[in-house]
Amino acid sequence: MSSLEHTPPASLRQRLALKGLDGVTLLVVPAALFTLAIFVYPFLYGLLLSFEPKEGGIFANYQHFFSDPFLYNTIATTLWLAVPVTIISLILALPIAFRVRLMTRQRLLTTILVLPVTLGTVLVAEGLLNYLGPQGWFSRTLMLFGIIDSPVKLTNNYWGVFASLIITGFPFTFLLTLSYVSGIDPALEQAAAVHGARAWQRFRHVFLPLLIPGLAIAFLLSFVQAFAVFPSAILLGAPAGPTRVISIAAYQAAFEQYDYSMASAIAMIMAAVQLVIVVAILFVRNLFYRGSTAGGKG
Amino acid sequence: MIRDTTIGAKLWITAIWVVVGFFVLNLVAMIATVILSSFGTRWLGTWVPAGLTTRWYFSAWSEFQLYDVLVVTFQIAFTVVALSGLLGVTAAYALARRDFPGKKLVMLLFLLPLLVPPITFGIPLATVLYQAGVGGTFWGVVLANLVPTVPFVILVMIPFIEQIDPKIEAAARVFGANTFKLFLHVLLPMLVPGILAALLLVLVRTVGMFELTFLTAGPTSQTLVVALYYSVFASGVRAVQSIDAMAVIYMITTLVWLLIALRFVNPTQIVARAKQQPAST
Amino acid sequence: MLLASSKFDELRLDHMSRAFGTVNALRDVSLTVRKGEFIALLGPSGCGKSTALNCIAGLLATTGGSIYLDDKRIDQLKPEDRGFGMVFQNYALFPHMTVRSNIGFGLKMRGTPKAEIAKRVDEALGLVRLEGQGHKLPGQLSGGQQQRVAIARAIVIEPPLVLMDEPLSNLDAKLRLEMRAEIRRIHNQLGATTLYVTHDQDEALSLADRIVVLRDGQIRQVGMPRDLYESPDHLDIAEFMGYRNRLTGKVTARDGERATIDVRGTSFSGRLRGDIEIGGAAVIAARADDVTVSKANDALKATVETIEYRGREFVGTARTEDGLELIFHAPEAAAVGNAISLSLDPAHALIYAA
Repeated sequence: MSSLEHTPPASLRQRLALKGLDGVTLLVVPAALFTLAIFVYPFLYGLLLSFEPKEGGIFANYQHFFSDPFLYNTIATTLWLAVPVTIISLILALPIAFRVRLMTRQRLLTTILVLPVTLGTVLVAEGLLNYLGPQGWFSRTLMLFGIIDSPVKLTNNYWGVFASLIITGFPFTFLLTLSYVSGIDPALEQAAAVHGARAWQRFRHVFLPLLIPGLAIAFLLSFVQAFAVFPSAILLGAPAGPTRVISIAAYQAAFEQYDYSMASAIAMIMAAVQLVIVVAILFVRNLFYRGSTAGGKG
Repeated sequence: MIRDTTIGAKLWITAIWVVVGFFVLNLVAMIATVILSSFGTRWLGTWVPAGLTTRWYFSAWSEFQLYDVLVVTFQIAFTVVALSGLLGVTAAYALARRDFPGKKLVMLLFLLPLLVPPITFGIPLATVLYQAGVGGTFWGVVLANLVPTVPFVILVMIPFIEQIDPKIEAAARVFGANTFKLFLHVLLPMLVPGILAALLLVLVRTVGMFELTFLTAGPTSQTLVVALYYSVFASGVRAVQSIDAMAVIYMITTLVWLLIALRFVNPTQIVARAKQQPAST
Repeated sequence: MLLASSKFDELRLDHMSRAFGTVNALRDVSLTVRKGEFIALLGPSGCGKSTALNCIAGLLATTGGSIYLDDKRIDQLKPEDRGFGMVFQNYALFPHMTVRSNIGFGLKMRGTPKAEIAKRVDEALGLVRLEGQGHKLPGQLSGGQQQRVAIARAIVIEPPLVLMDEPLSNLDAKLRLEMRAEIRRIHNQLGATTLYVTHDQDEALSLADRIVVLRDGQIRQVGMPRDLYESPDHLDIAEFMGYRNRLTGKVTARDGERATIDVRGTSFSGRLRGDIEIGGAAVIAARADDVTVSKANDALKATVETIEYRGREFVGTARTEDGLELIFHAPEAAAVGNAISLSLDPAHALIYAA
C-alpha cells in the first residue's frame, strides 16, 4: 500500500498511451480526415442538398421521384438486372470454386478471370458491342450450328447489359468465393469423410455453414456492384427504355438538367435501396447461421 | 483432397468445366474481336476482316489526341498512387500496430468507400467538387480517385504489416534506431513487396476507374477510359476500327500494370481485398 | 458400458504401396493388426507414416497392394464407407458445431436416432472427461480439451479401428504426457484397436503394444517396444532409437550371441545383431547412458569437449585422438579438456555388420 502512495501519478501522455493513443496512432489521422472530408462530407452534403429542391417543399424531390414512373421505375429496372445477375453469378461460382480449389495450377484460370474485372465495364461494353452484335462471332457461331436462323438481338437491349454484367460480375463473385472456399481447412472435409459423411453431407453440414458468412458478403458486394451499373447500361443497353437504370436517372438529373438537388436525392435513394438489401441479407445470414449450429444439437 | 470417381461425380465435374470453358471462350473471343477489328481493313458480314492494316492506330492516335490523353491518364494515375501510398501506408501502420478506442469506427470509415459503388457517392462528390471550383480540373479527378484508393491501400497493407513481427522493430530500437531510421532501414525494406503490390493495384484501378473520373473530369482532365467511353457513345461518327484501336491501347495500358502486379499478388487478392477470412467464425 | 468397438478380427495390409509421380512414398507395406492392439507407426518425418495412415483411412488412394478388414477388401472404398474413426494432427474439429454436435457428427451421418446419439455422446463425453462442456464451441476450449473432443468424435461411432495422426504434437510437454496416459486409458477401457502415427519414440514406446518402424516408405522392423529399444534389427533403426555412439572396427571373437570387436587397438564386446564372420567389418553401437567413464586400462582414451549437468548426473561429449565423438554419462563432473577413459556396457552395446 505504501509503495502505491509514492508512485507519481501517471502523466496524461502515459495514460493515453495505455489506451493505445500515442504518436503512432496519430498516423491514422491524415487518412481519416481525408476520408471524412472527401467521402463523408460530400455524402452528408448531398443528403442535405436533396432536401433543398429547386422548387417545392423539402421532400419535393422525393415526392417527384416516387410519383413519376419514368423515375421510380428505374429502381425495378435496376433490380431486374442486378438480382438475377448476382444470383446466377453466385450459383455458378460456388461449384466452380469447389472444383478449382482442388487444382494445383489455378493461376492461369484466375488470371484470365481477373481480366474483365480489371478492364472495366467500358471496355467490356465496347467489346460486347462487336462480339454480340448482329454481325458478331456469337450470332455467327449459333447460326453455323443451326441453333438459330437469323442473328439474335443481344445489343442495345436488356440482354446486352445482362451479358456485360455477367462478364464482369461472375469473375468478381467467383474470385471472392474461391478465396472463401480455399480458406476452409481441408482437414475438416477429411474428418467429415472419415466419420461417414458423403459428398453431399460434407457440403451440407461442413462447408455450407462455414461458407454462409462469406457467401453473404460475396452476394452483397456483387449485388452492390451490379446495382450501380452505369456505362454498359448506356452503351450496350437501351438507356431510354428497358435499361434505364437508376444511375442513368441520377446522371441525367445532374449533368443534363443541372438539378444537383434532384441528382443528390436520386443518389440517396440509390444508396437507400442498396442499404435495404444489405441489411436484409445480413439479417438472413444471421438467421441461417444460428439455425444451422442449433440444428446439430441432436 | 477427396476425389470422387463415380459416374455422377464425373458428369458433374464435366458440367462444371463446360460452364467454365464456355465463359472463358466468350471472354477471349470478345477480346479477340476487338483486337482483330482494330487491325482489320473492312469487316462487314464475314468471319474475319477482308485485310489487315495498322492504319487505324495512326488515325486513332491523331483523331482522339491519344498522346495528350495518355499523358493526362498517367499524370493522374501516378499522383493518385503517390498520395494514396503516403496516406494509406501510414494509416495502415497505425491500425495494424495499435488498438485504440474507436478503432472499429475508423475501420468502418475506411471500409465504406470500398463498399459503396462509385456512382452512388460520385454524384454528391462531383457536386461538392464543382462548387469548390476543382470540378473538371486535374486535382478534382485526383481527389475523386483517392476516395476508394486510400482505403484500398489501408486494407491491403494492414494484414501485411500485421505479419511483420513487432519484435523486429523493438530489436531495431534496442540497437539504437530512432523512428525515422527505423522506418527507413527496417520497416520500409520489409514493406516494399506489400507497398509495391498495393500501389500497382491502385494504378490499375485508377487507369480503369470510369465512374469517378467521368463525373469529375473536364475536357483537359479526361483519362483514357473516359475518352474511350465518349468515342463509343458517339460511335457512328468515327470508324469502328478506330475506336477498337483505342480500346486496344487502353487494354495495353491497363494489362501491363496488371501483369506486373500479378507477380506480387494472387489474382484472388485483387478482388478479395481484405485479409482472408479464417474458416472458423 | 454402452460404447464398445465393432466386431472384427484383423486389419491386413498386403503390399500396400503409394507413389507420387515417380516418388515411392510407400513401398510394399505388409502388416496385420489384430483386434485390441495398439500399434504405433514410428519414423522420422517424411518416412511415409502419415501417407500410410491416409491410405488406410481412404483419404489417399493406394497405387498398389490391397487392404483387408477380415476378408473384405476395403482399399477401393471411399473414406466414408470404411467406418473408421480418426484423430487429426490439428484436431480438425468443426468450428461451427458445438462439442456435442462434433462428437455426434459420425452418428448423425449414419442416420442414428436422436435419442441414441444423445445417449452415446453423453457417454463419450464422460469417457474423455468433458462432462458439462458439451454446449461449447471448439474455439472456446483449450488445446487439451479440443484433443479430447477429437478423440471422442473418433470413438463414439464404435469404429473397428481408430487412426491417430500425431495427435499430441500440438500440445505442450506437460499436457502431452497427460494425454498420452488418457489415450492409453481410453484404448483399454473400450477395447479399441488403435493405429497411432508418431515421430516420437518415447510416445511409441510408452503407448504401443507393437511398434512398426518405417523408413523411406518401407517397414524396417516390427516389434514390441522392449525389443525395439533393446535390440533393433538394423543400425539405422538403432540410431533412430537413441544409439548415438558408433565405433567401427573388426570382429575378433564370437561366442553365440556375443562378439568382440577391435576398434583401433581397443576391444569392446557386445551383443551380435546379424551374422558377421570373424575378421569382418562391424560397428558397435551404444546409448549415451551405456558409455561411462572407466578406470580400466583397456578403455578408450578421449578428451572431454563439453559437459552438462542433467540433474542427478552429467552428460558430456568427448573426442578420441582419431577424431571420433562419443556421448557419455558420468556421475561426477569432468573438466573440459581433461583426458578420460570411456567404456561401453557390454550387456547393452550392440554389434552390427558395417
